[in-house]
Amino acid sequence: MRTNTVNDAKTNANSGDHRTEQSRWTPFYRKNGRALNAFLALVLVWIFFAVNNPTLFLNPLFYNAFLFSVPATIFLTTSLVFVIVSGELDLAFPSVVGAAGGVFMYSVVLGVPVIPAFFLTMGFGAMIGLGIGLIVVYGRISSLVATLGLNFFILGIVNLLAQGRTISAPEAMNSFGYKLFVGKWHLFDTTLRVPNHFIWSLVWVVFCYVLFKYHRFGNRVQLVGDNTDSAREMGINIERIRVSVFVVSGVAAAITGALLVQMANMVWFPTSGKAYLLIALAALFVGGTPTWGGVGTIFGAFFGAMTVTLIPSGAVGAGFAGYWTDFIFGLVIILTMIAHRFSGARVR
Amino acid sequence: MSAASEPVVELRNIVKRFGSVEALSGVTMTVRNGEVLGLLGDNGAGKSTLIKTLAGVHDPDEGEIIVKGEVRKPWTPAAARDAGIETVFQDRALAPQHSIVTNVFMGREITNSLGLLRVQVQIDEANRLMREIGFTSKVFNPESTVGTLSGGERQGVAIARALYNQADVIVLDEPTTALSLTETQKVFRFVEAVKSSGRTVVFIGHNIYHVWDIADRFFVIDRGKEAFEGAKSSFTGADHLIEMMHQLAETGSADTSSLLEPA
Ligand SMILES: Nc1ncnc2c1ncn2[C@@H]1O[C@H](COP(=O)(O)OP(=O)(O)OP(=O)(O)O)[C@@H](O)[C@H]1O
Ligand SMILES: [Mg+2]
Repeated sequence: MRTNTVNDAKTNANSGDHRTEQSRWTPFYRKNGRALNAFLALVLVWIFFAVNNPTLFLNPLFYNAFLFSVPATIFLTTSLVFVIVSGELDLAFPSVVGAAGGVFMYSVVLGVPVIPAFFLTMGFGAMIGLGIGLIVVYGRISSLVATLGLNFFILGIVNLLAQGRTISAPEAMNSFGYKLFVGKWHLFDTTLRVPNHFIWSLVWVVFCYVLFKYHRFGNRVQLVGDNTDSAREMGINIERIRVSVFVVSGVAAAITGALLVQMANMVWFPTSGKAYLLIALAALFVGGTPTWGGVGTIFGAFFGAMTVTLIPSGAVGAGFAGYWTDFIFGLVIILTMIAHRFSGARVR
Repeated sequence: MSAASEPVVELRNIVKRFGSVEALSGVTMTVRNGEVLGLLGDNGAGKSTLIKTLAGVHDPDEGEIIVKGEVRKPWTPAAARDAGIETVFQDRALAPQHSIVTNVFMGREITNSLGLLRVQVQIDEANRLMREIGFTSKVFNPESTVGTLSGGERQGVAIARALYNQADVIVLDEPTTALSLTETQKVFRFVEAVKSSGRTVVFIGHNIYHVWDIADRFFVIDRGKEAFEGAKSSFTGADHLIEMMHQLAETGSADTSSLLEPA
């Protein structure tokens, strides 16, 4: 995923102002500009919708559906930051979501309690991610092509095994594990019901943030994406890093798959991940992680995930007819891309 | 340089091919403890390929790498750095979108036992290093993005990184190319300082007068093969060395009988 344009070089001249410190905010914005832009995009999109229908957007009830559906996108988008920043692309995660959901469902049907089944599913995601990573890195195939093919391949296998059936295990909804993962509770005395999987997604975001920004692994992911040859020459095991980002992606896809099953009241649809392919990628780029690798932002991805989740329901809530959704979606993506150019042009 | 000082690294019969191109066809080079070895040769002679083999970046098709008397296999960039060989590559090997600190500690991050970066320690260390090599006149700080630095400043970052590890052997591949006179002087002072601390330097340069001034011994390669080598005392002066290099370029071989004490 390396693109470069003449414009990158031009805007470069403006970003070379590191010798003059105007205020305390200038360095802060320079470092976090992409995440802040993503946050700004979220706020602006919200305001745009809210002014059209203030009563609805100030009513906590409106956000129940939002909090319920946003975690899936958050898990997928934040894990994709590692993949894109390392210079790879993963288009296979939707199939892993579906497959992992199946693993989770079958485990529960076979009598494994929900919590161990969840960890089993995460392990399955790690293994599939490892497999994908090994194929991409040691097969020396472009990750775009390899994961595109693997997405169909894995989905195909899942469909063959499932034979078009959907599986359900409603009795598991009484278990402690189910309540732990997707149970809901009222925030104070409001009508806002917070689902636990939203909290888990916040935990995941913080975990990814620390891993990406303050851990040797994340540091090396960034260096490999910024200049692979240099990273290699400095003794970084670039193959291991490149394989590992697919493991991160696989684990996140597995968590998403297991959550989607539970969110659907313990029903598994083999193709449940399909809808997230473009959504998660759009969220990632709206979130300010550039396509060219080397740099990215976890919090930006988090805000991006919120933005893309808000748009469809928000547009309808604001009174736009359903067919406006795609238009607004595209507009937001393009406008945020332009905003990101101002805060972080590529330096070479 | 006394012939008595023992070899720290030996490259023996190194052959390296890139597809049908044979960049090195059996080069044997010894680097001795405490010396400054000047590695010379025309463009495309194979100097960078040789030092990249030494740095573990290229896996040679034939030949072996011997460090302190021990044949090392597998020989990777990490193994080379662990063995105390630091290289400033010709292209500087930097990550332009990242800070000076991140670049200085690339592949050698200072972390706690959980692998979490010790951010402030790294910043302080980078500060100290940048001051040590004399790149302090500018107001840039260790958190500046490398892609916004000048060529000389970037070279400073690459050198600071090589210096950090207290390596036994520091290899510099054309470190003064595209540098101003003052910055070139800084690099020379740096080589002097490393040498006087008892460490070993391999210096690749195109300006033979420059290399003459700082090196104790010269190793000349030509189209992937050793042409000749000799201690500084084997030459009557820089012009003698240049004369031999000219001969080599024109006739394909140099008259080694003119050396005062043939290697
Ligand atoms: N990665 C590579 N792939 C293919 N050929 C290469 C590669 N690296 C070097 N070569 C070839 O090997 C030969 C030696 O190159 P090398 O870079 O070692 O020369 P050099 O002596 O360092 O030259 P210069 O003084 O210009 O830096 C050249 O013919 C070059 O084209
Ligand atoms: Mg070279």
